[in-house]
Amino acid sequence: MASTHLKIGSYELKSRLIVGTGKYSSLELMQQCHQESGAEVVTVAVRRERLVDKNSGRNILDFIDPKKYILLPNTAGCFNAQDVVRVAKLGREMLTDSGYRGADWVKLECLGDTRTLLPEPVGTLEALKILVQDGFQVLVYCSDDVMLCKRIKEAGAAAVMPAGSPIGSGQGVLNPNAIRIILEQLKENDPTYPVIVDAGVGTASDVAAAMELGVDGVLLNTAIAGATDPVKMARAMMLATESGHLAHQAGRIARKLYATASSPWEGRINV
Amino acid sequence: MELCVNGEKLLLPDGATIAALLEHFKLQPVRVAVELNCDIVPKKTYSHTRLKSGDKVEIVTFVGGG
Repeated sequence: MASTHLKIGSYELKSRLIVGTGKYSSLELMQQCHQESGAEVVTVAVRRERLVDKNSGRNILDFIDPKKYILLPNTAGCFNAQDVVRVAKLGREMLTDSGYRGADWVKLECLGDTRTLLPEPVGTLEALKILVQDGFQVLVYCSDDVMLCKRIKEAGAAAVMPAGSPIGSGQGVLNPNAIRIILEQLKENDPTYPVIVDAGVGTASDVAAAMELGVDGVLLNTAIAGATDPVKMARAMMLATESGHLAHQAGRIARKLYATASSPWEGRINV
Repeated sequence: MELCVNGEKLLLPDGATIAALLEHFKLQPVRVAVELNCDIVPKKTYSHTRLKSGDKVEIVTFVGGG
């Protein structure tokens, strides 16, 4: 294994793939996909407990082994800084003394509207500052705007996570040049600062392409959960993350307009 | 007394605690977090935090998400 570990805040991770827990047709299927994906970090959302018509008492945590996985609570579904902070604190409270790792970090998601689910930059930055002040290690879902990403890093984010394309859209990384510029600017004099593509990937090649740009990891949910065979896609995503990372480290050849022969010209018999 | 729990009205005997409220819904304290009038209630205090009429309680848990 040529890959080095990924360090985000106080966590050191062997896998560069972070996966979600939503949209699975069963908790058993989710568990199988987590296993196949090789991910060590799984993200979970905070919601009201169902007080009537309960899901036969089954809780998602019963399907996530605390020895194998680190939980990353997220603030999905929040549309302002106040709600983000409230949900982050509830997530931390649930994990405190729970036997699970992950109480001290959070994936900050502050959305602009329900149709695009694009991140709302002003609320995001505002919530980030409050959470950092409160001692959270914050992984920030944001748009692929380099100036915004710089402000987010400066405000103390543990990782910057630009969206490849809208959540669940499966369009892949729509603007690889924006990601390239973000990587250059955020990693200048700080090469290990984590930049993760969060959201939008649809299949293995999208993940490999993202990793080849030089991002430190990919966070995805729908691409696995929504696949026809989620377990197989989970394995494909694991392999794509690894191969994309290795290809980035290996350094690809330059693109050229004309051919370059692979076999020698000397010694041909047809001269 | 009348409480508002996760947006729904609920009648419980006067002086009931957070622990009693969770027991009422058969919820494991380790799997939830509780807010009382928008302040988080630390787990250690569930058994002696008493509720009063008009209190707003939120009980949350983790669910699948990305």
